[in-house]
Amino acid sequence: MIAIVDYGAGNIKSLQFALKKLNMHSCVTTDATQIRNSDAIILPGVGAFKDAINELQQSGLATTLKEEVSNGKKLLGICLGMQLFYENSYEDGVWEGLGLLKGNVKKMNDTVKVPHMGWNTLTKHRNSPLLKDTVEEEYVYFVHSYAVQDYQQNTLVSSTNYGGIVPAIVQQDNVIGMQFHPEKSGEAGIQLLRNFKELIG
Amino acid sequence: MLAKRIIPCLDVDKGRVVKGKKFQNIQDVADPVSLAKKYNEDGADELVFYDITASNETRDIFIDVVEKVAAEVAIPFTVGGGIRAIEDFHKVLRAGADKVSINSAAVDNPILIQEAAWKFGSQCVVLSIDAKENKDGNWAVYTNGGRIDTGLDALEWAKRGEELGAGEIVINAIDTDGEKNGYNLSLTQAIAQSVNIPIVASGGAGKLEHFQDVLQPDVADAALAASVFHYNEISVSQLKQFLVENGVPVRKRRVTPWK
Repeated sequence: MIAIVDYGAGNIKSLQFALKKLNMHSCVTTDATQIRNSDAIILPGVGAFKDAINELQQSGLATTLKEEVSNGKKLLGICLGMQLFYENSYEDGVWEGLGLLKGNVKKMNDTVKVPHMGWNTLTKHRNSPLLKDTVEEEYVYFVHSYAVQDYQQNTLVSSTNYGGIVPAIVQQDNVIGMQFHPEKSGEAGIQLLRNFKELIG
Repeated sequence: MLAKRIIPCLDVDKGRVVKGKKFQNIQDVADPVSLAKKYNEDGADELVFYDITASNETRDIFIDVVEKVAAEVAIPFTVGGGIRAIEDFHKVLRAGADKVSINSAAVDNPILIQEAAWKFGSQCVVLSIDAKENKDGNWAVYTNGGRIDTGLDALEWAKRGEELGAGEIVINAIDTDGEKNGYNLSLTQAIAQSVNIPIVASGGAGKLEHFQDVLQPDVADAALAASVFHYNEISVSQLKQFLVENGVPVRKRRVTPWK
């Protein structure tokens, strides 16, 4: 069972539909026990960083997530979910994130249109089982205005280019982030979620 | 490289996709879910669904359509029509839509853009603008399906929409809509120059070249069309092939199907 953490943000239904296609059982939950009993956790998210982190802190789920990660459970963050892994976000103020990964979340370079919206290509930085059966320059769907910076190079699995290098897939041990929406990225996205499924075992 | 997007638009009335000319002469066309699947298979990058009646009775049928589409196609889609309040955003997003488009409601109450952007994020707030050239050669914003001149200037309204937190603008040229003589390039370009958010051009597509023209670097980021796709005058796959050959960056669709 995959626990999809529901903190009130965004389109969770599409993610559930995508997991269902891969025969992955999931539940949408805010219950710490259910999260602890899950095989893996997905932290989805769209919306504001501040609201999301406040919700996770106040509900105590931030602590649950950190404990589960230190126990070795796989955690996949999607879009804002991935951004929440980092130390600080500079979205309308400065907000402390979960601190699972080193780095900060900052507004994208405004020499390009923001939000970064649409299909963009993935460039591989290192080998990972997450990229199994994907092709070079695979198109996936992005929609975000903030991006991860000051990250550790060895965590970067794939990037895209939009006014500079933008981290697209990151991984540090059992913590995995996807800045784009795999559940909205057609066959390519389904393949990436299938790879996540195989990683869970 | 960020790809230019091709977006089939589906007008939905009582659970069916319909298409009229210049907002009139509505005729029945197809089932929205099967059409959405077909467009996805042809390589559409996104879809738009407009609830064109939006009465209370048809509202529930429409939400049902949204949920069925989300279950069948794993590409982004926008929902519009009859969105008046934050609660309407909530309903369609919970049903599986990715973006919500507002038009008249934003003119009546611009703060709705801001509230929605705060609550759900700018990325899901699409400001749809129906514009028509007035006697002075300026672009006026119209509402209610092109019937009411709001007195707003389209370029100013686009800027204000961006300031309030809209994440994308759909610019629909009323004069060219349904005429199949090409998108209104000067209007689209003028809007694109006024803001720094993505622009979707709408209204007027009839030939492959029309898409090429509007998807040039300084014009639109995406092109929306309805009837050319519905009536099989142009297929999305044929269009994308044409665009690739003519140097427009588009997403090449993966050949591997879902297992």
